[in-house]
Amino acid sequence: MTVRPRLGSHAVVTGRVGESVTRPDAVLKVKGDFPYSSDLRVDGMLWGATVRSPHPYARIVSIDVSEALASPGVRSVLTHEDVPGRKVYGLEILDQPVLAADVVRYWGEAVALVAADHPEQARRAAHKVHVDYQVLVPLTDPEVALTPDAPRLHPGGNVTRQVKIRHGDQTARAEVVVAGEYEIGMQDQAPLGPESGLAIPDGEGGVDLYVATQWLHVDRDQLAECLALPPDKVRITLAGVGGAFGAREDLSMQAHACMLALRTGRPVKISYSRPESFVGHVHRHPGRLHYEHGATREGKLVYVKARILLDGGAYASSSTAVIANASCFALGPYECPNATIDGWVVYTNNPPCGAMRGFGSVQNCYAHEAQMDKLALALGMDPLDLRIRNALKTGSSMVTGQVIEGPVPVAELLERIRDVPLPPALATSAVDLTEMPGGVSNTTHGEGVRRGVGYAVGFKNVGYSEGFDDYSTARVRLSVVEGRPRVEVHTASAEVGQGLVTVQAQIAGTELGVSDVVVLDADTAVGSAGSSSASRQTYITGGAVKAACEAVRERVLGLAQSELGGKPGAAGVRLEHDAVVSAEGAVVILLATLLGEEVIEEAREFRPRRTFRLDPETGQANAHLQYAFAAHRAVVDVDTELGLIKVVELATAQDVGKAINPQAVEGQLEGGAAQGLGLAVMEEIQVKDGVIRNASFTDYLLPTILDMPPLRMQILELGDPHSPYGLKGVGEPPTISSGPAIVAAIRAATGRPITRVPVRPHDIVELG
Amino acid sequence: MERLHDEGLGLKISCKVNGRARTADDVWEGESLLSVLRDRMELPGSKNACEQGECGSCSVYLDGALVCACLVLGGQAEGREIVTVEGLLEGDVLHPVQQAFVEAGAVQCGFCTPGLIVATHDLLTRVQEPTLTEIREALAGNICRCTGYAKIIDAVHLASRRMAVAHRTAR
Repeated sequence: MTVRPRLGSHAVVTGRVGESVTRPDAVLKVKGDFPYSSDLRVDGMLWGATVRSPHPYARIVSIDVSEALASPGVRSVLTHEDVPGRKVYGLEILDQPVLAADVVRYWGEAVALVAADHPEQARRAAHKVHVDYQVLVPLTDPEVALTPDAPRLHPGGNVTRQVKIRHGDQTARAEVVVAGEYEIGMQDQAPLGPESGLAIPDGEGGVDLYVATQWLHVDRDQLAECLALPPDKVRITLAGVGGAFGAREDLSMQAHACMLALRTGRPVKISYSRPESFVGHVHRHPGRLHYEHGATREGKLVYVKARILLDGGAYASSSTAVIANASCFALGPYECPNATIDGWVVYTNNPPCGAMRGFGSVQNCYAHEAQMDKLALALGMDPLDLRIRNALKTGSSMVTGQVIEGPVPVAELLERIRDVPLPPALATSAVDLTEMPGGVSNTTHGEGVRRGVGYAVGFKNVGYSEGFDDYSTARVRLSVVEGRPRVEVHTASAEVGQGLVTVQAQIAGTELGVSDVVVLDADTAVGSAGSSSASRQTYITGGAVKAACEAVRERVLGLAQSELGGKPGAAGVRLEHDAVVSAEGAVVILLATLLGEEVIEEAREFRPRRTFRLDPETGQANAHLQYAFAAHRAVVDVDTELGLIKVVELATAQDVGKAINPQAVEGQLEGGAAQGLGLAVMEEIQVKDGVIRNASFTDYLLPTILDMPPLRMQILELGDPHSPYGLKGVGEPPTISSGPAIVAAIRAATGRPITRVPVRPHDIVELG
Repeated sequence: MERLHDEGLGLKISCKVNGRARTADDVWEGESLLSVLRDRMELPGSKNACEQGECGSCSVYLDGALVCACLVLGGQAEGREIVTVEGLLEGDVLHPVQQAFVEAGAVQCGFCTPGLIVATHDLLTRVQEPTLTEIREALAGNICRCTGYAKIIDAVHLASRRMAVAHRTAR
């Protein structure tokens, strides 16, 4: 019998699709009573700590665990030799060791594990694991990684994937040509909740893991292989998740805690510190992008050539999908008859990179939007007019050959943000210091400050692409509890803060007309829901919940038909107000009466339309399920003498198809814009010779409440003809175009090219 | 990575937490008040996000002053009075600050929320109807990665209005 840690209580949710329903976990969260993965505890649990490499690239000569094993409170010390099953894991390519064996490929790579009675004992013992390294020269430049003489970091070479897109005439020429080089720094997801979880052995060779993750089943499948257990012996339950943003797609402490728990026979908890978190998850790929745009004198795009090089770091993670996105959306949401795109992602000895909100579309948006502004300047055109003239629209063909269906409101989004009144002009007297670049540091009272306005628009895919079998599973149960009908919804989908529990309850409440809906803990006792990523869960898991509810409803209505027999009004009945109601809305029979003791339960899988793999030579395919668009306008004040900036205001317009929960949608637009602002002006993991120099919140800067300006939002609900309720994924688009709009505004204020983010003072101020 | 001190002798700490006398045994000298609260007193509401005093997720009152519990040594709490987010409930009823955060949609993942609740409680105790500038200044030490802060500002205004009304009514 396994002891179960306390998890979030199953709150009853009442609300319908389209309403701003309050999230059920909010009450626990404001009380400090919501059990996050780092809060879990059970009696007798041990604490795990991880021994990590101090070198970005080295051979492991030997590992001596004897002193650590003899340390106070230590119960177990494990190395790669103790991995019971497959020694490596990975989302797309099995290249990452559970624990490093003969070589370490990045700074902070896991080498050994310690379990002890107290976390401090575990940390101290970890320092007593003696690893003899033969240090190698790290490969840290992605350009060098491409050269034939570079050391091969993996058996297949250093290119993780190359994406080639060949669209139209490859020799096209144009009257007006602009080119540019752009560089994107490495961003961290920085979810506030650290990687953490609790593994509890079941005494029969299996293990229960309570963990903060984004995709329970892909964790389970990887763990089963690495632990050499059948999948049903590895049961995972979602613990409270303190944000994700892509950082929890890969395994971090999962296999380690399970190994220690199975070895010691005791529950084992691992919870990373913030510095450890920086090496415990993948980051947004830094990139170098070279673009050339050709256009007619009238401002119609003729061709785009792009070479995109992303640094994937030491292991593949989701790099192959990120480079596909970066390449497919390289042009931005514009029509262009001819394109030549070469996307590369390579291995280096830098920190591994993978998923982060925006997933490839963030990097390229900085480049394509800078290019559009540059082209507008060369043409003497208004930058917005140029964008609108070339905007994708319904029926447009992408560079992949895919024809975009449904609403494609690129021009409308741009027109809407253009028409938002601008904020009051820069104050010239009696200034409020908190409104100045530099704030209360009192660096300026307005002298040297110039205001700029910039625009950007971006897009990306929603859901998995390139033929990946995207589906989700939902089980829905209708019964009578204390005289009232109650719906229980069970999926394995990860609530990471975005509001997915609320959305599932709203869908069930809407489809079954029931007030009391309870969303059960997400676990692997039900089929896979796929990942809480790619802005897909409301679409895919929402679709599964809807389908399961429809199956339940069919049975309820069948029951009603047989109960009511030939009574008038039996035709056209539906479910509403906890009852079967007539077409006119009159109560025919209460569900509680109709069901009595009967329980109606149905499970369904929901699969959206198929997608197809990109052709390796031409990059042509119907590779994507749905596209989501957003545009931003930024107003920025720049102290041109000190290089300090103040984002004065952001305005955005986004088509969300249908706002299932408008308050939650607003939250996504606001939070996504903040992460975009972060990459634009402050957030960067500083890596020197493969070593992270700022692995803390003291040195890695995140936007605070002082940095975030007001956000003027326009939320369009244009309806996708293929998706449940017409919804579109909403989570990622706000993070794509917000930063590029801010950089455009800085360019407008300073006249400087600004080709690198995050923008630094010395990019703004001409030195010397 | 830092070198840790040798094994220390355990301290015994006695203090008042959320109105109750509490003790903790075998606390090592380097252990933070945050660890004492979370790991020894079963009060995990104060959060372990940065443990470096940068994010405010572990904000608590120490003798009435707003502090980051991660920057206070457990030993410093000896004989003192601590109020955590768990201590702000009024019986079973949410404090107006807590209620406002729920209603305004100021909670997403919620990991920053306990710290923001305590920091907002502190602000509204000092300043009944703060301006936007005062709100931003007071909460500048609390990092939120999900919300972009807009709905947090809404929540503070909402709580402030309600508490001001309640204050006037009480008079």
